[in-house]
Amino acid sequence: MSGTPWLTILGVVPLVGAAAVAATPQRNPKLAKQIAMATSLVVLVLTIAMCADFKPKGPRFQFVQKHDWISSFGVQYAVGADGIALVLIALVAVLVPVVLLASWYDADPEYVEGEPTPGPAKSVKTFFALLLVLETMMIGVFAATDVFLFYVFFEAMLIPMYFLIGSYGGPKRSYAAVKFLLYSLFGGLLMLAAVIGLYVASTRQGPGTFSFDKLSQLEFSHSTQILLFLGFFIAFAIKAPLFPFHTWLPDAGAEAPVGGAVLLVGILDKVGTFGFLRYCLPLFPYAARKLAPLVIVLCVIGILYGALLAMGQKDLKRLVSYTSVAHFGFIGLGCFAFTTQAQTGAVLYMVNHGLSTGALFLVVGFLIVRGRSRLTADYSGIGKTAPVLSGVFFLAGLSSLALPGLSTFISEFLVLVGTFQRYKIAAVLATIGIVFAALYILLMFQRTMQGPLSAIHETMRDLRFREVVAVAPLLALMIFLGVYPKPVIDVITPAVNATMHDVGVHDPAPTQLTQTARR
Amino acid sequence: MPTDIQAPEILYGPLSPMLIVFGVATLGVLVEALVPAARRRIVQVTLAVAGLLAALVAIVLERSTATLTAGDAVAVDGPTLFLQGVLAVLGILAVLLLAERGLDGSGGAVVSTASLTPGSREDMQLSESEGIQTEVFPLALFSLGGMMLFPASNNLLLMFVALEVLSLPLYLMAGLARRRRLLSQEAAVKYFLLGAFASAFFLYGVALLYGYAGSVDAGRIFDATGDAGNNDVLLYLGIAMLAVGLLFKIGAVPFQAWTPDVYQGSPTPVTALMAACTKIAAFGAILRVFYVAVGRDQWDWRPMMWAVAILTMVVGAILAVTQTDVKRMLAYSSVAHTGFILVGVIAVNRSGLSGTLFYLATYGFTTMAAFAIVTLVRDSSGEATHLAQWTGLGRRSPLVAGVFAFLLFAFAGIPLTSGFMAKFAVFKAATAGGAAPLVVVGVVASAVTAFFYARVVVLMFFNEPAPDGPTVAIPSPLTATTIALGLAVTLVLGVFPQPVLDLADRAALFIR
Repeated sequence: MSGTPWLTILGVVPLVGAAAVAATPQRNPKLAKQIAMATSLVVLVLTIAMCADFKPKGPRFQFVQKHDWISSFGVQYAVGADGIALVLIALVAVLVPVVLLASWYDADPEYVEGEPTPGPAKSVKTFFALLLVLETMMIGVFAATDVFLFYVFFEAMLIPMYFLIGSYGGPKRSYAAVKFLLYSLFGGLLMLAAVIGLYVASTRQGPGTFSFDKLSQLEFSHSTQILLFLGFFIAFAIKAPLFPFHTWLPDAGAEAPVGGAVLLVGILDKVGTFGFLRYCLPLFPYAARKLAPLVIVLCVIGILYGALLAMGQKDLKRLVSYTSVAHFGFIGLGCFAFTTQAQTGAVLYMVNHGLSTGALFLVVGFLIVRGRSRLTADYSGIGKTAPVLSGVFFLAGLSSLALPGLSTFISEFLVLVGTFQRYKIAAVLATIGIVFAALYILLMFQRTMQGPLSAIHETMRDLRFREVVAVAPLLALMIFLGVYPKPVIDVITPAVNATMHDVGVHDPAPTQLTQTARR
Repeated sequence: MPTDIQAPEILYGPLSPMLIVFGVATLGVLVEALVPAARRRIVQVTLAVAGLLAALVAIVLERSTATLTAGDAVAVDGPTLFLQGVLAVLGILAVLLLAERGLDGSGGAVVSTASLTPGSREDMQLSESEGIQTEVFPLALFSLGGMMLFPASNNLLLMFVALEVLSLPLYLMAGLARRRRLLSQEAAVKYFLLGAFASAFFLYGVALLYGYAGSVDAGRIFDATGDAGNNDVLLYLGIAMLAVGLLFKIGAVPFQAWTPDVYQGSPTPVTALMAACTKIAAFGAILRVFYVAVGRDQWDWRPMMWAVAILTMVVGAILAVTQTDVKRMLAYSSVAHTGFILVGVIAVNRSGLSGTLFYLATYGFTTMAAFAIVTLVRDSSGEATHLAQWTGLGRRSPLVAGVFAFLLFAFAGIPLTSGFMAKFAVFKAATAGGAAPLVVVGVVASAVTAFFYARVVVLMFFNEPAPDGPTVAIPSPLTATTIALGLAVTLVLGVFPQPVLDLADRAALFIR
């Protein structure tokens, strides 16, 4: 209860920034951008300070604050961060300034050189204000330790993203925006029913509560657990997205402005897998254990299917979106394999995926701004005229296919090893996904960056300084965490252990393994 | 037999809110007769607003009253006072909307002489005439008075009287639209005929219940349901008939058919009054009937209400998807919301009652503001209600479109709006009351409603404006106040609903 209320500060600062951005005059978009950037940097600094204040060996939830909010509903404003939430909040704080810098001109209609009519009059400041509002929501959703509060952020988060896609996206933006909103809302409303069910179930064992701490102490009957688990799980599976709930992501990812896409895939989707770990597993351990094999099957299908579809895409942004479907299969696999290694790997994967796919989306966005086409076929030999872009593209791609030495490798490896201890076939099949990943990434790179340089792209500019600065932190973190992931692992391991404890599972002992092998 | 009729004791304090409103309405009629035409409008508006404010003050003064009076015919208790308070505030907002003259070039939203032959030349010319009429204010007040009496009626015959008092002025007002006269007259006729039909059903129900219990008093009917010897057929038929009359007023399926036509044809301020206030009053009456009079008999009426609630949510949500007119869309959305509120009614527990009260309050304010926005978007032929005309409104006037989008998100039940809190309150109560399947239908229907709300947002914000699209009129302080207050309530109750929830919790106790 004591100490600095870091999480509340982190939530409020972007909101204040958004208000300031919204208050700037329409004629002065530059000021709006500067305020937004400054705000996000303040958040980043505060987040770093908070991380320094976090004690890995301390209690599970730190920076805890609890205040009554709606006592009629038994709802509290309760925030707190465990290791998993902490690293994800840190990811938010890193990605938002990166996205702001990378999308510096994305909302400006007249930026595209040589175009006769400036595009529709889009409000620049609204774009940046929406991004900041989104940052508040993203921090809130990870920080909430009250299920109701979590739900509020979970749903409210959709609105700024809906406007980002719908107002600033590609040609089919309104279709994609509505599809995104409806899928998420549908899942969210099922979860609402489950949230209410959870509360009512908790009233049978004392005063009704939404508090995660108290709920995780309760034991629900098996049938209740299954129903509530499904309510939460479907919402998170749509969000994550797991196969077969993934069909909105390629549309949303492809039509969203690049900055929006980075946050969508990098953060918003993580809320789904975060929800698995935070809510589905600890609150409904019986259901989680019972249904885990089913989820594992879905994850494996997602890994292979996503990878195959990625290979078949002609559109660069859709391709990257489909790679995410495959990657989320890995994360889901790690969450539900119920071994410490796999779950640690899954959390690490969430961070690394945000970095690597974020970088990949950004660099694809840089390419599309230059070439004005999203189709792979329209590019060839770009590496010759834009070597820096090509290099960044290559590095981001390698990270996406989990090359050893880059951070994603460690997480993918941990997930696979951890899964293998329990679900051998799943692990083997998932490994095939890695081969596919190498194929789709390298093929994409080969087709766009290598080969003969087409005439229309001869004048293509290489990355500007601003763009390099935007993407550099992600690349640096990818390499750093690839070599030295210990700080992150130290933070997440206690949280993972706590989750494992809540589910009531233990790592399979090596002896058991040999016994099974003998049989 | 000696006919020694005792005059019932009247407690004037608890009755004062209704007496004030009826008194001021009567004064309004006198104003029509005595005040010079030039000054009538300002006098009427001032009188109406002052009267409703006075009623509000009286309600606040009586806030802890719980008593039966006038021979047990009127019950002034928590739910009555809560709903009356909400009705008084919303009534003020509706009067402000009715008083608006700045939007339509030639005057307010209502015509001066509505009784001309529909479609005749004189009738057509009304839309250009500068003449205004001010009888609409006393009419609105009479209607509001009836609405305040409706949930307070502890006697089914009085409830019928209240039903007629609130309905008759509304039938008239529905036909007063300045533009699209034919549509408006059609709305009035349709509303009147169907409404009269529903009233007849109600009256039959009262008669049957009298046959059952030997009284039309809610408390006596309640006592009768405890005796085994009564004729249950009369009871069931009576409940069903009574329900027809009441479900018609709230626009529940299968009695919703009038809603889209009447909402579309009526002058928009009148639609706002109907959508927000009539629904509140009629739900108050439903609560009184089903919680007090036949409250003991819930195992018999709950299955019926389940079916009605499910149908209402599903049909309202699905039909709304196909609408192309913003007023018709809001009408079907109000049907869907009726279903959601019924979920709270069906909970039959104290939190269900308080959740229903809370839902009615939030829904009223959001609806009032939404219809107020509809009055602003205009082209040369009046309000531009076709959805296609709203294309690109967000580019043209971001503020109005933004407010409307926020209200739509509140209807859709997105968190941080009052609509979410209200939905949560009734769904939670229903789950606790053993109606979990109803809640699942409710959330699925919510997802469907979200579709058409989102579609309007898409139209407004993600599409290019048409070159000859409608303009957004600058509202005078009258309409602006209504919108601002509706918006503020929607936002504040979405973030800090606790005070009003407390109020509804404390109010959620019927006396018998």
